[in-house]
Amino acid sequence: MASASLTGARAAAPARVVRAFLDKYGLICLLLVMPVAFGIHDLRTEGDLSRLGNNLLDGLSNGSIWALVAIGYTLVYGIVELINFAHGDVFMIGSFTAAGFFGTIGLTAATGVPGLIAGLLLTLLVAMLASGSLNLMIERVAYRPLRGAPRLAPLVAAVGFSFILQNVGLLWRGGSQQGIVDLINSQKELVMIAGVSVTHGDTLAIAVTIPLVLAMTLFISRTRLGKAMRATAQDPDAARLMGINVDTTISATFLIGGMLAGAAGLTYALYQTTVWYFQGFTAGLIAFTAAVMGGIGNIRGAVLGGLIIGVIQQISDNRIGSQWTPAIVFAFLVLIMVFKPSGLLGEETREAG
Amino acid sequence: MTGDAAAPRRAPAPVRGPRTRPRAPKLPRRARVGLAAAALLGGAILPLFLASGGGLIEDATLALAYVVMALGLNIIVGFAGLLDLGYVAFFAIGAYTMGYFGSLFHINVNGGEGIHVLVSGVAAELPGIHLNFLLIVVLAIIATTIAGMLIGLPTLRLRGDYIAIVTLAFGEIVGRIAINGDEITGFGTKLTNGRQGITPVDKIDLPFLDPFTALNLRPWYWVAFVMVLLVLFVNFRLRDSRLGRAWIALREDEVAAVSMGVPAVKTKLLAYGTGAAFGGISGAFLGSYLNTVNADQFQFSFSIFILAMVILGGLGSIWGVVVGAIALSFINNYLIPDVLNNVPARIGLDFDLTQLSFGIFGFLLVIMMVLRPEGLIPERRRQLELQEGIEDLAVDGDDVQPAVRP
Repeated sequence: MASASLTGARAAAPARVVRAFLDKYGLICLLLVMPVAFGIHDLRTEGDLSRLGNNLLDGLSNGSIWALVAIGYTLVYGIVELINFAHGDVFMIGSFTAAGFFGTIGLTAATGVPGLIAGLLLTLLVAMLASGSLNLMIERVAYRPLRGAPRLAPLVAAVGFSFILQNVGLLWRGGSQQGIVDLINSQKELVMIAGVSVTHGDTLAIAVTIPLVLAMTLFISRTRLGKAMRATAQDPDAARLMGINVDTTISATFLIGGMLAGAAGLTYALYQTTVWYFQGFTAGLIAFTAAVMGGIGNIRGAVLGGLIIGVIQQISDNRIGSQWTPAIVFAFLVLIMVFKPSGLLGEETREAG
Repeated sequence: MTGDAAAPRRAPAPVRGPRTRPRAPKLPRRARVGLAAAALLGGAILPLFLASGGGLIEDATLALAYVVMALGLNIIVGFAGLLDLGYVAFFAIGAYTMGYFGSLFHINVNGGEGIHVLVSGVAAELPGIHLNFLLIVVLAIIATTIAGMLIGLPTLRLRGDYIAIVTLAFGEIVGRIAINGDEITGFGTKLTNGRQGITPVDKIDLPFLDPFTALNLRPWYWVAFVMVLLVLFVNFRLRDSRLGRAWIALREDEVAAVSMGVPAVKTKLLAYGTGAAFGGISGAFLGSYLNTVNADQFQFSFSIFILAMVILGGLGSIWGVVVGAIALSFINNYLIPDVLNNVPARIGLDFDLTQLSFGIFGFLLVIMMVLRPEGLIPERRRQLELQEGIEDLAVDGDDVQPAVRP
């Protein structure tokens, strides 16, 4: 950043204004390009914005899944400064657990509403526990022994674990996309608001995400363990001196991150009604992009980033073609990394700039 | 921002007691030279003992091509310490250079007559652009060097793990463009052939020799072997040069290196460029050798495959990387598919081991990181840093590190 401001000082006044503007609002403008352009396009060709509205709604419900995964990234990065590469695959395992558990407890599309809700809550719990304990185990086995090692070591271990989990998924459910029972009738329209159809899937995604995010925020801001997490994120040495058990705190962070990924996994399985072993890799990168976009280390940022990425993805799927979506998301990732690594709501992490 | 890449290197802290594994005694210089010469001689005459069209020589040639790539990645990750998770991009660019300038891809060029430069045999009769293999290698080097620098440019301000993500994103973008490139057209041609791939690709055609054939693989092996020799030579000379020392200095401590006058931007970009060029050479060779430029090859897992070679052998250690690359490609192309593939079925499990090869590599990465992060044949400097730097760094650092630091 120092070099940027130096050149800015030397440049003429208008250039400085432009630079300051771009620094502050450049990312927002960049994010608005696609919705605004397609909004204008819709208005000219179709006369109303219902198609864009549908994109936005689908994007938000998709994005709320990414938000849950992104929180896991951001929590872990905030506290140990590690990109937990295996996180996306933890999410995938959560999805698989949920999809398998439906059959175990005998949920079918014919189950009545009270039974369905009870069953889904139970599945949610199981998926969260499975993913959470898996994440905890990974931290214990692969990351904790590498605490003191150079930075690249835990990152490489994380990449390795990501591949291990992908293969677990491959063995579990085979190599192709697998349809699962559409319990909630995901695509069925619940209500139509101003030309935008709200489906069961949208409702579910939002109904799972909002309480979890609220609970998370309360947990971090109100409880002792949450306080310990914030303290450790700020300065692990000082936290230790204050009597905080840093190891336990880090384990708790991984547990919580994993649990949220598990919840996201269940939602994804119900929303998309397909699962496959490779979903975690893409989801992981998308969620990481979301976390960076919001400002890594910042929970509200992760949620915001997740929602925005969801919308970008949906618009791109719908307008440009889903085969290009990953490239577009990654292009956003590169642009943000290069021009505004601190993200939308960036808080500077311990060593980041 | 200048400060972040230079965040104080964490002292390797004793987690369960200091890691003081006894260091392997350093062989005397004469013994090392002898060992290297014997290995190279053995490599040179190896094809004479293998059937000229058999599976073993096929695997051995592939292994040599991977050695070239691993040595390239070693410059970026091992010497300069920039974790590149998108190395597959350079493989792709090298292979597409081969596809563009040595196949039927531009079939309508020059009114269907084709453009031919210094090619003989069948290729001289075909439509499309056909350049001599050596010219294509030069073009591939140019293209990948430029691509490497372009990909490196945005990462200059970033810290280690962010570099990893940006390079990974670039690798994925290149892979996506390769797969969907048949939708992009311009100048009357498609960008790529998409999932169909570009095939057939011209065989290598060297001056004074007959064009190579798929039946006799020995010439292919020797070409790959010469590439390895050249790349090894360049690697050793670079490592001991001013530039190589600058890379290592930047890896060890960026602030100190910059304040000693090492130009960080130029040095890092040269690391990306050089490393990428090796990927391009190998990519062009593989395009011709495999007779196809198939977009599905260019996936993230390939980057990890090459990275695992570098890490297995020892980051920054040239001979280690050679051994790691040969070992892993042997495991991947021979041991898993030909020898161990039936083991799960024999003990009553219903899967093939080939499905799990990347899980095995992942496992290897984790095990290596936890048990022996310096690799099989460690570079001495890095070994010092990992094992014995504890006391030095703790005193050097501005604060004494606690026993365990998250």
